[in-house]
Amino acid sequence: MESLSNKKKVLVSKPLNFAERMYLPAIASGLSTTIGHFFKKPATVKYPEQEREFSINWRGMHSLKRDEQGRERCTACGLCALSCPAEAITMIAAERKNDEKHLYREEKYASVYEINMLRCIFCGLCEEACPKEAIYLDGPIVPADYLRKDFIYGKDKLVEAPLEIK
Amino acid sequence: MGIDFVIEKFILVIALFAISLLIAMYSTYAERKVAAFLQDRLGPDRAGPFGILQPLADGVKMFMKEEIIPANANKWLFMVGPGLAMLCACIGTAVIPWGQDMMVGDRLVKLQVTDINVGLLYIFGVISLGVYGVMIGGWASNNKYSLLSAIRAASQNISYEIAMGLSIIALLLVTNSLSLREIVSQQHGWHWNVIYQPLGFLIFMVCAFAETNRAPFDLPECEAELNGGYHMEYSSMKLGFYLFAEYINMFVSSTVMAALYFGGYNYPGMDYMAGLLGPTWAPLFGTAIFFLKIFAFIFFFMWVRWTIPRFRYDQLMSLGWKALIPLAIANIVVTGIVIAIVNKF
Repeated sequence: MESLSNKKKVLVSKPLNFAERMYLPAIASGLSTTIGHFFKKPATVKYPEQEREFSINWRGMHSLKRDEQGRERCTACGLCALSCPAEAITMIAAERKNDEKHLYREEKYASVYEINMLRCIFCGLCEEACPKEAIYLDGPIVPADYLRKDFIYGKDKLVEAPLEIK
Repeated sequence: MGIDFVIEKFILVIALFAISLLIAMYSTYAERKVAAFLQDRLGPDRAGPFGILQPLADGVKMFMKEEIIPANANKWLFMVGPGLAMLCACIGTAVIPWGQDMMVGDRLVKLQVTDINVGLLYIFGVISLGVYGVMIGGWASNNKYSLLSAIRAASQNISYEIAMGLSIIALLLVTNSLSLREIVSQQHGWHWNVIYQPLGFLIFMVCAFAETNRAPFDLPECEAELNGGYHMEYSSMKLGFYLFAEYINMFVSSTVMAALYFGGYNYPGMDYMAGLLGPTWAPLFGTAIFFLKIFAFIFFFMWVRWTIPRFRYDQLMSLGWKALIPLAIANIVVTGIVIAIVNKF
């Protein structure tokens, strides 16, 4: 049948001719190909010392955000935990005391907030579910570690550094 | 011949042994680096600057691994196998002339452990013995993959030894001597044997690849079919010995090729350099040139490994028996005729 795209390439398997049966010309051309690569720049990125540039919609480690006055935005509503397909997020809510108004924006806050980085699949659904714009996956690659317990990140690692008071 | 002779040879033997092991050690590193560069990668670069401590790390790893001897293995032969492979690999360098006679003070030192007049046959015998390590190890493991691999190794080595021997006969017609010292010193300056025996060199080199079980003829240890082959049951330093013996064999083969066909320590302009450097340093400079040639061959071994895929077993056999042996015989005939004609006129 006639090819419509004209991209079809008909392969003919004919017996090898003398030069091909000698192997040597093919080996020489192969060797010249590989030695060409010897002098090319390696494609390797030396990761811990050198980081590749991330795309703008890259999803890395989570961070819990603060508002303009440096108060934690999270109100421990639990929507992120609910939306998480990997069940990586847990939290314990607490009520804000009167003298903590400068620390937490809402009357209820997360006293414990934990993400298990071994469960997390970095899908970003927690980010989408959050009504308070409190969680974003805008961090770097989660580093490797030796023990499973060290992959459960608490508020000490997740909450953004407090704003500097000018 | 007195005590000074013994000391001289002793130093030479120790130095050769150390150099062989050092080169084998760094061949493992170089192999990985060359592989990486040929594939646009960086290779090992974590242990020390540029990863130069990598062989040490590998060695420590090998020593620390658990040693397992399979329950049904023949224990004694299982232990002899790697030792034999290592021994055969290490004694090959004894007859290589590493340089011209050197003046140390007022003493003439021969840079060769022993100059036996059948040095070439000795090398050939030692290389052939090397397959016993593989065979014994493969058989003693009591494992069908290992046994298959050992059988492959044996038949491959026997097949290619014939072509290798025939290519050497053509060389002997040219050199008229079996002593390696004699053969190398005949190639003074640029009169390298490869100019007179290009086809013989090609056959010898292909056979050397097969004898050392290097790609594209690494069928005895092909991972896809035999799970690693004869050293499948080996662990710890016994495995290390097998891997190490392969690299020493590569070094010895490169040395033999450089000595037989590429002039050994000879280089164009050596007479001028001898006048310039004097009787102590000129031979050492020649030795350095020799090592450069050896390294070039080792690099070529690696370059080929990362270029050409493995042969199929029937292809290997048909190349050995149907191509290389007839070619080698034709080479002998043509060489003989040419020598007869040249001698006549």
